[in-house]
Amino acid sequence: MMSPSSVKSKRTVKINPEAVASKEPESEGKVVYDTKELNLWYTDTHALKDVNLSFREKEVTAIIGPSGCGKSTYIKTLNRMVELVPGVRTTGEITYKGKNILERSFKVEDLRTKVGMVFQKPNPFPKSIYENIVYGPKIHGIRNKKVLDEIVERSLRGAYIWDEVKDRLNENAYGLSGGQQQRLCIARCLAIEPEVILMDEPTSALDPKSTLRIEELVQELKKEYSIIIVTHNMQQAARISDKTAFFLNGEVIEFDETNTIFTNPADSRTEDYISGRFG
Amino acid sequence: MPTNSGNHKQNAVNVREMIEEKRSSRSISNITEKLIPTILFIIASISILTTIGIIYTLLSEAIEFFKIVPIWEFFTGTVLKPLSQNPEFGVLPLINGTIISSLIAMLVAGPIGIMSAVYLSEYASDKVRRILKPLLEVLAGIPTIVYGFFAFTFVTPIIRSIFPEVGATNILSPGIVMGIMIIPMIASLSEDAMTSVPNAMREGSLAMGATKLETTFKVVIPAAFSGIIASFVLGISRAIGETMIVTIASGSSKNFTFDITQSMQTMTAYIVEVSGGEAAAGTTIYYSLYAVALTLFVFTLIMNLLARYVSRKFREEY
Repeated sequence: MMSPSSVKSKRTVKINPEAVASKEPESEGKVVYDTKELNLWYTDTHALKDVNLSFREKEVTAIIGPSGCGKSTYIKTLNRMVELVPGVRTTGEITYKGKNILERSFKVEDLRTKVGMVFQKPNPFPKSIYENIVYGPKIHGIRNKKVLDEIVERSLRGAYIWDEVKDRLNENAYGLSGGQQQRLCIARCLAIEPEVILMDEPTSALDPKSTLRIEELVQELKKEYSIIIVTHNMQQAARISDKTAFFLNGEVIEFDETNTIFTNPADSRTEDYISGRFG
Repeated sequence: MPTNSGNHKQNAVNVREMIEEKRSSRSISNITEKLIPTILFIIASISILTTIGIIYTLLSEAIEFFKIVPIWEFFTGTVLKPLSQNPEFGVLPLINGTIISSLIAMLVAGPIGIMSAVYLSEYASDKVRRILKPLLEVLAGIPTIVYGFFAFTFVTPIIRSIFPEVGATNILSPGIVMGIMIIPMIASLSEDAMTSVPNAMREGSLAMGATKLETTFKVVIPAAFSGIIASFVLGISRAIGETMIVTIASGSSKNFTFDITQSMQTMTAYIVEVSGGEAAAGTTIYYSLYAVALTLFVFTLIMNLLARYVSRKFREEY
């Protein structure tokens, strides 16, 4: 944990990363993710500025903020999917269970096996429902048909979609409705039993009814998983999260209990945003 | 303002009058208006009519041939001696030559083409792709006669220096060169198919902890499969129809053999040989041209139908 470069140490004095974490009572779960002094550039655009955040086990953390504030960029940095964009540079560190994932030597596949992701638009593979679920387990070497069958049922039940699809497991996933596809993607994510689930605006392409089902699902999932969810829907953040981080122009303006953020925000900009004055 | 609106009104009246005037003198153009679709239809029909004409010619002349040589004998005969005292007309040596040369071509073009496509679509940076793709397509623009020379004067000697028992004309060398010729077609079409696979699918796979290679082979290629198959079948059609390379580099021995070091003749090369020789109209050998051409036509037709069927069957909808 001694790796923050000496160049950055000046800033570390200004914003103490421990300050955020130390607010929380120690009775809560262990810290899974810890972000310290994270800066990110897309070629010339400074997209994330000195981000300090930490997430605990079995909590739902919502990340809110107006379009272009860097919330999607940040969540994609957590499993390093952001690197798919050419010209991305980062400084600072993100530790996952104590290991700095931004180090070059860190095997990104290991991280992504433990940290699942659900995307903005449902993106099932153009394969059968069954094949979609077993894709992850198969990649990681599970071949036993019996085990795979069990994984399929358990994952689909976990995502509350089993009853709707159990009779059509061999049909193409693209025959499902948008909401079902998204729950299938969540099930696909559960199939490799991750520790954390990252959700990048998972309901923004869905109708209200499907949105409600996903929200209920998140409530269920938090019993076993840590969930970090990006949303542009503030009611959603208020409904489903334990903690909320508010991003603005690439900076974390405020990070606190969801209740506090929505009833008694410390920063006037947070108040302006949640009361709908901008964004 | 009143003057303005007055002007406006006056103008409007003038325009109306002018339009009326023009319209009344447009009765002639009404005729062209009705004629043009008909003309367009006729023009559009040209290619269809040509095809029908070709099929008609092939069939009518081939029927003449089958009056002399029984159709059964033609399709099962393994000996082709058109110029002999006792001519024999078995088409199997030609079909065999065509299939073998196309097979060799596809063994070369298939793997290389698809690997090039994988590199271009999944691994190459934009910059590299922008340089490599046009270069690859230059290969497609080389006249086939040049490839023929390349096979005969460059590839064959290399093969013979390694395997001295290979003949000066053989089917292996033109097969390989045909493959090289087809690579750009397969690479380019497969690359298009893979590039059009949405990025969201790659992300879905990578986010599960799959490596880039696993993502490419288990998600991208299956999703692009119908396009890749289509490029393969087009490649095979091209190989079957290819003429100059095999004519130059494989000689004109009508061997019925599976030994790729020997000279063989393809259907196309036979047509070149016979139509370039002294086949007088009305002779059996003259009619045999049409029978072979008809066989070739049926071959490529089957390939095209197969392409449609396969690409529909293996389509992964998204």
